[in-house]
Amino acid sequence: MALVAPLFLAWHLFGVSLAQLGNGFWKLGQFAVLMFPPTPGRFFWLFLQALGETLAIALLGTLGAAVVALPFSLLAAHNITPFAPLRFLVKRSFDIIRSIDTLIWALIWIGVVGLGPFAGVLAILTSDIGALGKLFTETFEEADQKPVEGIRSSGGNRTAEFVFAIWPQVSPVILGQILYFFESNTRSATIIGVVGAGGIGLHLYEEIRTLEWQMVAFIVLMILVTVAVIDFISVRICRQFTGYLKAAS
Amino acid sequence: MTLSTTTQLPDAQVQPLLRAYDQARAASRLTSLLWAAALIVVVGLASWIAEIHPLTFFEKIGGFTSYFERLTHLDDGAYVWTNPAEWFWGLKKWLRLLGETILIAYSGTFIGAVLAVVFSFMSAANLNGSPLLRGMVKRGLEFCRTVPDLVFALIFVVAFGVGALPGIIAIVIHTIGALGKLFGELVENIDSGPLEGLTASGAGKIALARFGVLPQVAPGFLSYALLRFEINVRGATVMGFVGAGGIGDELMITIRQFHYSDISAILCIIIATVFLIDMLTTRLRRYLLTGGMF
Repeated sequence: MALVAPLFLAWHLFGVSLAQLGNGFWKLGQFAVLMFPPTPGRFFWLFLQALGETLAIALLGTLGAAVVALPFSLLAAHNITPFAPLRFLVKRSFDIIRSIDTLIWALIWIGVVGLGPFAGVLAILTSDIGALGKLFTETFEEADQKPVEGIRSSGGNRTAEFVFAIWPQVSPVILGQILYFFESNTRSATIIGVVGAGGIGLHLYEEIRTLEWQMVAFIVLMILVTVAVIDFISVRICRQFTGYLKAAS
Repeated sequence: MTLSTTTQLPDAQVQPLLRAYDQARAASRLTSLLWAAALIVVVGLASWIAEIHPLTFFEKIGGFTSYFERLTHLDDGAYVWTNPAEWFWGLKKWLRLLGETILIAYSGTFIGAVLAVVFSFMSAANLNGSPLLRGMVKRGLEFCRTVPDLVFALIFVVAFGVGALPGIIAIVIHTIGALGKLFGELVENIDSGPLEGLTASGAGKIALARFGVLPQVAPGFLSYALLRFEINVRGATVMGFVGAGGIGDELMITIRQFHYSDISAILCIIIATVFLIDMLTTRLRRYLLTGGMF
């Protein structure tokens, strides 16, 4: 029951009342009715273009983050970097970057490079360096050490150990992680427009504020379809590559 | 061809083998090249759409270092750590707002997790015999987790008014979607023995769920819920950006108005809190998964 106590605190602290709840849900019901049928009005091409921008932001952000995170995750993996203080430093840096939300990064980058999709790309890029860096590090650390010992016993140096023993094991996993993040970043990229960092979020925000519920519903549908398509494609690409790598090794 | 001496095969036999090897290498190289080319084209297209020129990055990267530099200075030009009292001048207010943020995340996670339990039972093939209902619940959960929580918050702010309530409800909806799926997978993977025993002794649906399923999945459920709580705390820090309560409102104002030392102070508090919660939930999860409870 101690678990429920904070709920009462929240109810009291935030001044929630049954009238507010009832009224809110009643209004939500009205909004839902007003959403049908979803229509883009005369902004279809504008929305499509903004959605394209969202996808571009997600793609560039994810790839950029992967390119930056990869070398740093090598520095953080204990089976690759023997120097413990350096590993600790890199790992904690990943954690710090990760604990700041993408939207906060977006606001900061807007302060640096101005409004627009470039700030969005940088926001996704920075916040994902932390998340991907952590995942990559774990992937490297989970790699089987037997092939490494094999390379070492036949006289290979550290580079050879990495290229021939570790990389073939981790590359399909890392590819899968990058593709998954691309999908999840498409979702985050739809909202960074709310603060002015490009993409469809700005239009979504505008239509919600002007209570154009049919357009809101249309934009949400567009987002859902896009995420589903990306999910479909990334599963295909992932399967293609893991099969290809298995056949090659 | 020195290879023929080491393999000790006649030339006539080695040549076709070598040729086949070269062909295989060429084919795999071609595949890699095609993927690389496709990647370059897609990246180029994306850069064009997002209006990024390779040079803009290098032009503007200097801006970040100077921004970071400004974050570490107080208004009077001294480094922030030389005068912590001045740096954290608003600590009391910020801690209260952060407390609200955590409360929003907690309430949202708790209510969302409880509802997710119900929906996960409804979506599990071993508990719910109706494929139609199962499919409907699963699509519903998918919808809840694909739409970002901030989009829900934007809509709820219009319906419920500015404040913490729309933030909580947005987190509830998103949590139902995310946890409902994970819980459902756990439920579908349970041992069916206890279920059969209960059914044989004439138990109803509720008793089946309470005594047959819940004891098996409770540690897994709690572990996922704790993980979600950590994610939701991070998400709740930006709910204020759209008027849905917590520290986000204050943070957005300080960033927009360039109060540099305040930005760094609030970020430091957020980072410390997220670290602390991360540590606590990791401890708790390890304790749960090694069988400390139940």
